[in-house]
Amino acid sequence: MTAVHEETVTGRSIRLKIPGWGGNLAGQHLDLRLTAPDGYTAVRSYSIATAGDDASIQLAVDRVMDGEVSPYLVDDLMVGDELEVKGPLGTWFVWRPEPTGTVQTDPVQLIGAGSGIVPLLAMIRLHAASGSTAKFRLLYSVRSPEDAFFAAELMAQHPLLEVTWVYTRATPEGWPTPAGRVTKEIIEAATFASTQNPLVFVCGPTGFVESVASTMVALGHDPATVKTERFGGL
Amino acid sequence: MIGHVDGNALAGPLSEIFEFDATLAITDCLGCRDIAMLAEAMVYGDNGHGLVVRCKNCGGVLMVIVPEPEHTKLDMRGLAWLQVPN
Repeated sequence: MTAVHEETVTGRSIRLKIPGWGGNLAGQHLDLRLTAPDGYTAVRSYSIATAGDDASIQLAVDRVMDGEVSPYLVDDLMVGDELEVKGPLGTWFVWRPEPTGTVQTDPVQLIGAGSGIVPLLAMIRLHAASGSTAKFRLLYSVRSPEDAFFAAELMAQHPLLEVTWVYTRATPEGWPTPAGRVTKEIIEAATFASTQNPLVFVCGPTGFVESVASTMVALGHDPATVKTERFGGL
Repeated sequence: MIGHVDGNALAGPLSEIFEFDATLAITDCLGCRDIAMLAEAMVYGDNGHGLVVRCKNCGGVLMVIVPEPEHTKLDMRGLAWLQVPN
């Protein structure tokens, strides 16, 4: 592990240098294995926040209460420590600027909650680096401003990226709307209409993803265009 | 792992068994005949003790992946078929 940054009260981002890493697509993940001195192993999947050929990648980890792996990664892991990883994995929940060799210009709707932002951020970063002209929108739901991962980066100006923030428990000072969960009305107002045929990527806790995905289908999006990645939990 | 995740999480475990990205395989649920990509299935359990893969439509078990010291068992009795990209 080469660098660490405290992102939120319960989470941090981690930079790993992986010799022999051939690069990864935006949206892919890796499996990380921890082995205890008694031989007990635990494997968890973590989405990669970076995309491209670089052998230095970035993950973000949120500490799960009673978790077997995340508390170690958030609280104990230090620069210089080594981790066992397998990847890159998964080629379904990915965004490619040129999927079939021709430039993809369909709008892209990203919807995430908490650490679900991680694979979506890889897509946002690749979008900027590739010079893609596809329009991107992000709907990002967090408990409070302190719970947002990569907040500064997401709040910076990005041409072709519109970000809508939803705060479910505590809003920033002077926020025009009270705290509350993402609703169908909020989704409808903040996302590309189904008539614009966006590619949709939804990532976060299982309950959030399932609720948002069914809302998108109810709003007319073809289920085949709505890709989901559930992180577990509630 | 509380609750369930989805078939994206199978990419790692199944990479030991299949040469291609198995999450892209299409499954036909024997129970309800729903046809879906494995990436969209519901996945319960964990890599160390076993993974149960359920149909997103009816909840029926599609497959069970059981890791043991000498081998990994893939119980696929809930699938009518598995279709893989060439």
